[in-house]
Amino acid sequence: MMSKTTTALATLAALGALTGAAQAEIRLGVSVSATGPAAFLGDPEAKTLEMLVEQLNEEGGINGEEIALTLYDDGGDPNKARTFATRLVEDDEVVAIIGGSTTGTTMSILSVAEDEGIPFISLAGAISIIDPVREFVFKTPHTDRMACEKIFTDMQAQDITRIGMISGTDGFGASMQAQCKDVAGEYGIEIVADETYGPQDADMTPQLTRIRNTDGVQAVLNPGFGQGPAIVTRNVAQLGFEVPLYQSHGVASDAFIELAGAEAAEGLRLPGTALLIADKLAEDDAQYEVVTSYTEAYKAKYDQDVSTFGGYAHDAFALIVDAISRAGDSEDPQAIRDALEETSGLVGTTGTYAFSPEDHLGLDLSAFRMLEIKDGDWLSVE
Amino acid sequence: MAGRNKWISLGVLALLIALLPLFFPSGYYYRVGALIFVNALSVVGLVILIGYAGQISLGHAGFAGIGAYACALAPEHLGLHPALAVLLGAVVSGVMAALIGKPILRLKGYYLAVATLGFGILVSMVLTNERALTGGPDGMNVADLGLRGLLRDMGWRLSGGEFWYMICGVVLLIGAWLALNLFDSPSGRAMRALHGSEVAASTVGVDVPRQKLRAFVISAVYASVAGSLLALQNGYITPDVAGFMHSVEMVTMAVLGGVGSVLGATFGAAILTLLPQVLTVFAEYEQLVLGLVMVLVMIFLPQGLLPSIARRLKGRDE
Repeated sequence: MMSKTTTALATLAALGALTGAAQAEIRLGVSVSATGPAAFLGDPEAKTLEMLVEQLNEEGGINGEEIALTLYDDGGDPNKARTFATRLVEDDEVVAIIGGSTTGTTMSILSVAEDEGIPFISLAGAISIIDPVREFVFKTPHTDRMACEKIFTDMQAQDITRIGMISGTDGFGASMQAQCKDVAGEYGIEIVADETYGPQDADMTPQLTRIRNTDGVQAVLNPGFGQGPAIVTRNVAQLGFEVPLYQSHGVASDAFIELAGAEAAEGLRLPGTALLIADKLAEDDAQYEVVTSYTEAYKAKYDQDVSTFGGYAHDAFALIVDAISRAGDSEDPQAIRDALEETSGLVGTTGTYAFSPEDHLGLDLSAFRMLEIKDGDWLSVE
Repeated sequence: MAGRNKWISLGVLALLIALLPLFFPSGYYYRVGALIFVNALSVVGLVILIGYAGQISLGHAGFAGIGAYACALAPEHLGLHPALAVLLGAVVSGVMAALIGKPILRLKGYYLAVATLGFGILVSMVLTNERALTGGPDGMNVADLGLRGLLRDMGWRLSGGEFWYMICGVVLLIGAWLALNLFDSPSGRAMRALHGSEVAASTVGVDVPRQKLRAFVISAVYASVAGSLLALQNGYITPDVAGFMHSVEMVTMAVLGGVGSVLGATFGAAILTLLPQVLTVFAEYEQLVLGLVMVLVMIFLPQGLLPSIARRLKGRDE
């Protein structure tokens, strides 16, 4: 029975390939967490991709071929993400996949992409996605480790050597906490207090009091996203705890300043992307054009501010478009993958990408800009 | 009569599992099929607990989590073969169910629901927070079962989808067969008796706490094996598998399909697994449609879809 099915499947697949070729469309698949607990990641990602595909098709597509976008919402559930990835590959027959808003969903999509040989650009942070390098898997966001390194470099410049950490127990906070602890020694930084809080907690005063009572704490670092870091920021101000406070790139958005309050957030630092200071970029900045055209188009279409996360999707799309236009054959996933790996000097909103067979992230620390909150607005301190 | 029903149910299920692939237009449908079977397996376990013995559990995803993480952890830390890890998970789940079941099954109604809910949340919290062991909310890799490679070496090439469709289908059939056997066994009769009236059942000599516990342990093992199968086929697992919503989803599937019937439970699992896939076109309204379906079924077909439909077909006097 199985062999008969396989033959039937093969025939159908062949038919699908034929009809696909006749349409001259580039089928691009997306699975992001547009709803559910990770919606703050997936929602701007989905909106960005829909907008960009529309724009590109109006401008005539890639080499005259339009992009047909298939977008699924996995709700942050890795099990669903895997099903949708299977569907994208087997049923929708896409030539490339963008998605995986969270590390969990990315890991689920990744194994399908690797098995089936479809290039996949992940939008999640963890270093384990591209280390070890997998043939078909790329990613656009910096790793948590790079955020830690950027922060520690800034601390080093200010002669800070003993810090307290307070981290969220959500995926983002927990992963960054582990990476920071791992890399701290290389920068001569000692973590003398290490506290955590649950993502739904409403008050972090006890943890912060413990950090304050630890001898010699010179700065506080808070890996986390969502409401937690805003509460930490408020609590630090309420306690009159006067040491530099560092947040992560997880809260790099204007909404964070509103949530924490400009007064409490004054002087706080975090590593962010050029997107956050789009209106303050110098016109000769390499990222000026990309960043302003994206922020303006997004604002015009959705009447919302862009976020770093939407920027990750923007860059993933730019990478795919660039690779397909160079690959020559928009029907061949292998050719697209090879072209993707040869990407160099592609300027995105997050940074300038250059992939190689050993590096499927293609960003370095220069992609991060150390930002400080001053009078309720972001200021680059580099 | 009951015996004949059993073979009809099993026959229908086996035929469906065997024949459906003939109509699959692409490999993706094997994946959906395998998911339906995995969900159906845990729901069949709930049929024993809710449908036979009349007890409720809102924490069964906890057992699925134990089964899933057994498959992820045991091969890595104990060097156990993944197939044995499934067994280990089932044993751990069974023992856990026996330990916590003894005190909490004294509770009834809402109180039992809350106690089981607490257990499920505990498991999910441990899996989320014990980062060093479980990888935390980011999850961890699950070793390959190795069976597919073995079949390939023997000259039987199967895609991942086909392979898991087959495995999950066979395990579901075995699970359904065991559950249907239990229905008419002395234990099954005792469970159904205490479902009707605990007082009456104990007067005729049914050991009520023992039978409740038995149903709880059996259903926990079902959930655990389902969790293991999910972990093995996905190759990656996160604490979501033990999440509260997963527990609710299981109970919803059981109630929708018909909580007293094994075939109905499978039907419920199929519908609730398929709906989100069918509704991707209007993803925003997915929850709305699901809710509406549930409300309508509860009002018009309180026995669940399949039993109610079967009764209508047979005529009212049966």
